[in-house]
Amino acid sequence: MKLLYFAWLRAKIGIAEERVDPPPEVTTVAALLEWLKRRGPGFAEALKDTRIVRVAVNQEYVASDHPLRPGDEVALFPPVTGG
Amino acid sequence: MIRVQREDFDVGAELEALTRGKTGIGGVTSFIGLVRDIAGERRIGAMTLEHYPGMTERRLAEIEAEAHRRWPLDAVLIIHRYGRLEPGERIVLVAAASAHRQAAFDACQFLIDWLKTQAPFWKLEETPDGPRWVDAQASDDAAAARWIKD
Repeated sequence: MKLLYFAWLRAKIGIAEERVDPPPEVTTVAALLEWLKRRGPGFAEALKDTRIVRVAVNQEYVASDHPLRPGDEVALFPPVTGG
Repeated sequence: MIRVQREDFDVGAELEALTRGKTGIGGVTSFIGLVRDIAGERRIGAMTLEHYPGMTERRLAEIEAEAHRRWPLDAVLIIHRYGRLEPGERIVLVAAASAHRQAAFDACQFLIDWLKTQAPFWKLEETPDGPRWVDAQASDDAAAARWIKD
């Protein structure tokens, strides 16, 4: 699974992207966020309020109950501020 | 047509190209977003726009397609820049062309309102206190909500 981080999530986590192989119980977006939180202080800080974290799977916005598959591209980012 | 680019654009040339040869067009509306030098109480020296290459283009194409579904448009243009921009510089151009003005006005507002809440861009401001990520505005959500169909 490929993970991408943008804006202040990237700044707090310290990397822009990585490949991860989460444990088999991580089957949804919500479970992925809980698993990521436990990977270190940067992750915990970036993901402490998951209500303001937007998630895209394979470049489409998804809700927290969206199912995940091993080859997915999952992006985490704050609410967008373009325009 | 959509474009995501680092370099500036020429508004006149873009609008000319958008309508050239399409003589059924009766009106073109456009919105140009610029970098302000002040945000609330803070002076802004410059800002850096980051985006999600790939998803950005997909979302903008979907917004363009949705505008075509809702209004009888002859042409739609969205150009959005990324990278470091200074006050006064252009960030975004959206334009809609139609036989009649009301569709063009409405579509133009829709394009910028949806872009601001859906396209994956983020602004990092340079302020006297250091860099600061811009927060999403509830007013932008409210503006976009006007276009949500029941």
